[in-house]
Amino acid sequence: MSSEFILLLPLIIVGVMSVISILVDAINPNSKNSGYYLSIVSIVAVGGFALNNFYLNISGINLDGANLITSNMLSFGGFSAFFDLLFSIGALLIVLNARNYLDTVKTELNEFYNLVLYALAGMMVMAHSNHLLTLFIGIELMSITFYIMAGYFRFASQSVEASLKYFLLGAFSTGFLVYGMAMLYGSTGSMFFPEITVAIVSGSANNAYLMFGAALMIMGLSFKSSAFPFHQWAPDVYSGAPTVVTSFMSTAGKAAALSAFIIIAKTIIPMGFDPTGLESAVNTDKLITAIAAISALTMLVGNITALVQKNVKRMLAYSSVAHAGYMLMGIVANTAAGWSALMFYAVVYTFMQIGAFIIVGLLERDTDKNLEYDDYAGLSKRQPALAAIMALFMFSLAGIPPMAGFFGKYYLFMSVINTGHLWLALIAVVSSIISVVFYIGLIVKMYFTDSEDVEGESLPWNASRMLVFVTSAVVLIIGLNPGGMLSFIKSAL
Amino acid sequence: MALTTIFFLILSVVAIGTAIGTVASRHPVVSAMNLVLHFLMLAGLYLTLNAEFIAVLQILVYAGAIMVLVVFVILLLNLGKEDSLETGFTARKGVAMTFGAAFVIQILILFTSAGSFTHEITDKSVNVGQVKNLGYILFTKYLFPFEYIALLLLVAVVGALLLGKKKLFLERDLPEKSLK
Amino acid sequence: MIESIPLEYYLILSGTIFAIGSVGVLTRRNAIIIFMCIELMLNAVNISLVAFSSFLGDSSGQIFVFFVMAVAAAEAAIGLAIVLALFRNKRTIYVDEINLLKW
Repeated sequence: MSSEFILLLPLIIVGVMSVISILVDAINPNSKNSGYYLSIVSIVAVGGFALNNFYLNISGINLDGANLITSNMLSFGGFSAFFDLLFSIGALLIVLNARNYLDTVKTELNEFYNLVLYALAGMMVMAHSNHLLTLFIGIELMSITFYIMAGYFRFASQSVEASLKYFLLGAFSTGFLVYGMAMLYGSTGSMFFPEITVAIVSGSANNAYLMFGAALMIMGLSFKSSAFPFHQWAPDVYSGAPTVVTSFMSTAGKAAALSAFIIIAKTIIPMGFDPTGLESAVNTDKLITAIAAISALTMLVGNITALVQKNVKRMLAYSSVAHAGYMLMGIVANTAAGWSALMFYAVVYTFMQIGAFIIVGLLERDTDKNLEYDDYAGLSKRQPALAAIMALFMFSLAGIPPMAGFFGKYYLFMSVINTGHLWLALIAVVSSIISVVFYIGLIVKMYFTDSEDVEGESLPWNASRMLVFVTSAVVLIIGLNPGGMLSFIKSAL
Repeated sequence: MALTTIFFLILSVVAIGTAIGTVASRHPVVSAMNLVLHFLMLAGLYLTLNAEFIAVLQILVYAGAIMVLVVFVILLLNLGKEDSLETGFTARKGVAMTFGAAFVIQILILFTSAGSFTHEITDKSVNVGQVKNLGYILFTKYLFPFEYIALLLLVAVVGALLLGKKKLFLERDLPEKSLK
Repeated sequence: MIESIPLEYYLILSGTIFAIGSVGVLTRRNAIIIFMCIELMLNAVNISLVAFSSFLGDSSGQIFVFFVMAVAAAEAAIGLAIVLALFRNKRTIYVDEINLLKW
């Protein structure tokens, strides 16, 4: 009981604090700081308790599933504690960056910080889910918050359009996801993930319903993680939404979708499951092949369309589609090595993508100006420090060897090669090479192209600029010591 | 033919008809009214499955609350007939129809060949849909999801207010607003 | 003991309504009608869930429907607020008159 309370504490804190912060805002509507500081305090507390739970889990705790308050609806493994930590780090970076970004357009409202907390709560429930219902609630809580956040600049039509597009397609994909859940439930007779796995392994599941449900669920989750046939929304929504929201959706949101993907893949494709001898066994190879095809097409399509983009924000949006493809390789491998590689990449990707978006946000003017490649010409002369760090993020995103992004890709490639999907690794290498063109293209633009205004304007020295240095330092440190990071992650599984 | 089967057939035919009506009618209000009728049919279908509580909720929540909101917004925006539907057959419509037809055929093949479902409605399952049973489970086993759905409804309130606010800027920001 | 209709009937009905709803989402241009089609799809899923729940004698399917309804209500509030915000900006709710929404 008491140990369950401690394990549940991150979820309790984020839920309670999001309600408290909206109440404080209602009581004192003119306070400029309440939402900001309350959300920082609660996110730090969530992260701290998540870290504590991570280490508690390593030392080993026994929970009696039937007697818990949450009655097995949630799982409290190191996996979920790790993702709690990752989401809270992402949310903290967003909150710290949002203040300066929103201040430049004079739209800082306490509701924004409140919404970050709701989205964080949704992601954490996703990563903790042990039951189809908690997974569904987590996904919906996160998605609905993102629909609102995408339309946060409600006076700017591109933001509202992005919000509407995200909402309509997101709700459409929710339909598929829920249909898949219904079929999974009908096939196995249970909504608890461990019981579903037992039903599949013992062969008591109805095979036809199960395959149909699995296909629908993969469709729904592909949408949430912006994978190939359902990636169309991502570039438009990412470029239409406020930059700070985009950096949140494309990192923490994507990591949450992939954590749900891992949980579902673990459930319906049991590891080391041999279907021979079972009369109505599910054909897991087909599902793996389908996910592999989605992964391959996602990275190819994402990188090839990113080649022709003229807008840096849009380029980063397409590249984020491609990175979803890389991360899906960890699910194709379907081994502990694959999952830890995915988690490693999710960490690295969160830092480099948020860092790149902070720089984009710093250079952005009037919510949608100054985002073209040409606006970055000669940046090395105007803002040498920012240009250097942007170049570092681009090298890391492209996967150039000494950077953290390279090691993330290396672990992912090794995990699929070890499970016999050499073709997928080859496609991934090819698409990485394609991606070098546009990442390096931006560096060339910054360093070797001159622009008219050599002077540039001086950017204020604020929290966002500090965060640029912090995120780049983290990317460098992970790049220098990838093994330490990986063993930290492996202790979670 | 037994009475339940006749009841089922009437309800499902009307349900499919009103679903087509929702999708195909040109006036949004006609669509909305078709959808309300559709929801009432579904409530009847839930009764044939012994799910009394869900049937009542279906009428209260969907027909009563959600559709009133939709109709209210349609009236607020003063929407008329959609003219673009008259332009006839386009490639996108063709693709969508093919997709829909393929989906239905897939469903028919799947559910007719999936082998008979081993379970039957028993005396035990008759009690499943009653308020007493569902209420008990909701506040014991499903306590955590129940608490968290409250958060989701709160997000909806906050978000609707945020997006619907007429005032774009807070007073403290007004003097030096940079946009518009 | 009441005499029952086969489960397959309910599932086929549910699948058909789901397909009708998704065709509606793909063909219609009016944001509010697209939203209604999405509600149609969610309701189709609810039929499947309740049918499975009754036939399995397990209540979790019906509880799930309860939560789907709550989520649908939240989505309705948000979706209509977004539509209103769009109408205020662009004076239209037709998705093909929107720059970003060419899908």
